[in-house]
This record gives sequence, structure tokens and C-alpha cells, in this order.
Amino acid sequence: MRRSQVQTRLNGNDIDFLCEPRQSLLEVLRDELGFTGSKEGCNNGNCGACTVIMNGRIVNSCCVLAVETEGAEIQTIEGVAHGEKLHPLQQAFLEEAALQCGICTPGFIMSAKALLEREPNADEARIRHWLAGNLCRCTGYDKIVKAVLSAEPQLQEAKQS
Amino acid sequence: MEAFDYVAPRSLAEVYSHLGNGKRTLFLAGGTDVIVQLREGRRHCDQLIDLKHVPELMRHGFTSDGTLEIGAASPLAEIYEDAEVQRRLPGLVDAASLIGGIQIQSRASLGGNLCNASPAADSTPALMALGARLVIGSASGSREVAAEEFPAGPGQNSLRPGEILVQIKVPPQPAHSGAAYLRFIPRNEMDIAVASAGVRLVLSPDNSRIEDVRLALGAVGPTVILVNTNDLAGKAANAETFKLAGEMASAAARPIDDMRGGVAQRRRLVSVLTVRALNTALQRATEAR
Repeated sequence: MRRSQVQTRLNGNDIDFLCEPRQSLLEVLRDELGFTGSKEGCNNGNCGACTVIMNGRIVNSCCVLAVETEGAEIQTIEGVAHGEKLHPLQQAFLEEAALQCGICTPGFIMSAKALLEREPNADEARIRHWLAGNLCRCTGYDKIVKAVLSAEPQLQEAKQS
Repeated sequence: MEAFDYVAPRSLAEVYSHLGNGKRTLFLAGGTDVIVQLREGRRHCDQLIDLKHVPELMRHGFTSDGTLEIGAASPLAEIYEDAEVQRRLPGLVDAASLIGGIQIQSRASLGGNLCNASPAADSTPALMALGARLVIGSASGSREVAAEEFPAGPGQNSLRPGEILVQIKVPPQPAHSGAAYLRFIPRNEMDIAVASAGVRLVLSPDNSRIEDVRLALGAVGPTVILVNTNDLAGKAANAETFKLAGEMASAAARPIDDMRGGVAQRRRLVSVLTVRALNTALQRATEAR
């Protein structure tokens, strides 16, 4: 099968890669580019473990073909921390113990990040609605929602400073 | 996943130039159905045509006469986030904003929902209730059909070879009218309808009588069903009439037993959903817009 060359922007860096049309963005991220932070849960668009931000919107990277990302701007969990400094959402997930096995966590963080960038004061109901496309089978959702709420003031502080 | 060619044409003419060459063709809008179906071997193709680089398939807006024209591949989120769509067509927003989760809504399109032709498609009853018309294009021209003429069976639409769905046209809604879409699912979000109802209610100028009801039911037949509601015209817009509408919905339903629900449950559900959707539609019809 002929492989296509794709140029895209990943976590702020221009990259190009070769892929087959049938390869999902998730497969290319994990298997070709070594970005294994995005997880494969269901591989059919239900669980959200593979959530990335594409052109400002969250998508399930298992339901995007890698060839579709030509010219796109992609953010994955690998681009969330600044060097050694965790993003306020990552810090909040740690402090609120909002994870157990951790497989769903990258997806939750990408979804929550996209929400708080649009709606910095999202309330609990809004957070629960927004995160409905991310499944967690360990903690239940209360700790996750609490972590997102607790990251809000820190994110706003970080923005002002 | 089986191998296929991928093409991303920049215009409708270029889309049509890829058709009729004997290749098994599928179209890619948001991919939230078709990519999963290809992966699971439920659909097969030699070429996948990505429609998202064709400008007229990706934009939406109101014309001067108040028609909402929606490019068939436009993502749901772009439709329901539009303040003007929210103000003028809350019944469409009801449906567009509950398909999948936010990740799905970033990509999935009304055109894809229609073409995938699931009997449980959420946007289809809402579009039928609103009297939407569909523009179908091909190399030799275009034709228009009513939304209710489009589904042909479970997973089957009525596109002919060489045709694609180009645009969804939601006409300006009558004065004193309101629309709503409701579904039943066991979860709060992110599920496939066990039963659903889309309604549009048109009232007399003094809001007391019903002039017209359009009622479409999802997940209770091989396709979404548009119910004949002619007998409701002229009746009082009250609980008694709405109960009658619910009974009409139950009678029109042709449900099956499956993993999501039973026949009797679905007949009951469409009745309750119809009454509740009518109550919301009544409220919207009588509020100033």
C-alpha cells in the first residue's frame, strides 16, 4: 500500500510522517511517532482514552485517520506539562487522587483542558456533561470532577502571572 | 482495517470526478461511524473520499428568507454553538447537542447522521419535524428531497450511485410554532436512543388551537417514522390533545425487541416522549423569540 506523507503540527512542533490511509491518528501517534501517552481503550469512539485536541476541539484519535491531520494542529498529553512543571490539571489530578490505573487519565486531562480553555469557570454540571465522552472504570467520577474544579483557580492564576 | 485509497477533493466537481470509476466508494465526513465500520469490517471500500475540504459542505448560515443551509459535512458542534441557530431552531439544537459526547460532536455531521441511516439517528427525527429538505448532488445536477424521503431502511439511504448529500435546508419556521426533540436512554449521556420523538407544533395566532403537528419517531421502526397527525389540526393545544398525539405515536411505532429495549416498552416510551416533547414545543411556541 502506498504510504502518504503528512505534515502536521504536534504539540507546537512541525512534523511530517508517512502513514497508510487506513491508520488512525492514534495508531500513528503511538506506533510510528512514539507518543504513547494517548491510550487505546475501546478503539471505537466510546471511551475517550485516546482524546487529543485537534484544531482546538477534542476528538477521539481512534476515530480520526492520520492522513486527515494534514495541516492540522494537534495537542496530546505529552505537550501539556512545561518541562518538569506539571500543568495545573495534572497537578490537581495528583493532589485529588483522581486516578487509579491511569489509562483514562490522559484523555480526561485533554478533555478538561479544552473545556477550561473555553469556559474557565465551568461548574460541576457543565464539567460532568463535557466529560461524558471519557470513561473511567476505577475511581468513579467524583474525584475527577473535583480535580477539574480545583484546577480552575490555579489555571486562572497561571494565566494572569 | 483493510487498505483503501484516500482522496481529499477541494470542490464538488472534483468529488464527482472520483465517482463512477468502478471503485467501491465511501465518503468520510466526521468518520465517527464510517471509520469504526471499516475497522470492524462492517463496510468495505476501495477509496474513501474525504469531504471536509469542500467549502460548501463545511459551512452553514441563514439565507435572507430565513432558511438555515447546512453543509452536509459540517461538524455538529459548529451548528449548535451558533447563537442564531440556538435562538431560531432550539429543536435542532436539542438533537445536535446530544449525539455522542463532545469528542463525537467535534467531528460528526448532520449529513453523516442522515446517510448512516440508523433508525435511532438523533438528528433525523428533529430534521423531519422541522420540515428539512435535503439537496443531493451529482455530476449531472442536483435534486431535492424531503428529509422523510431519505432513509430507505436500517443503514440504507436513498442516494443513487454517483450522488452525494450536499446540503440540509431547514426552512424558516412558521409563526407561533415551536419544536423539540427528546430521546430515552438508560444513561444521562453518550448512548443510542431506545426510542425518540421529534415534534414541531404550529399554533393558531391566539395560541389556543393546533394548526399543524409534525411528529417523527426514532428507534421504533426500520427507519425514522414520520407520523400522520392530520387529525390533530383544529384541536385545542392542551394535555388531552397531547395525550391523543402520544397514542398516535404508539400506534404508528413498529418497534422490535433488541438489546436496548422491548416492543411494549418502546411503544410506551414514544407516547411519553411525544407528550413531553409537545409540552416543550408549546412552551417554545408561546415564548417570544
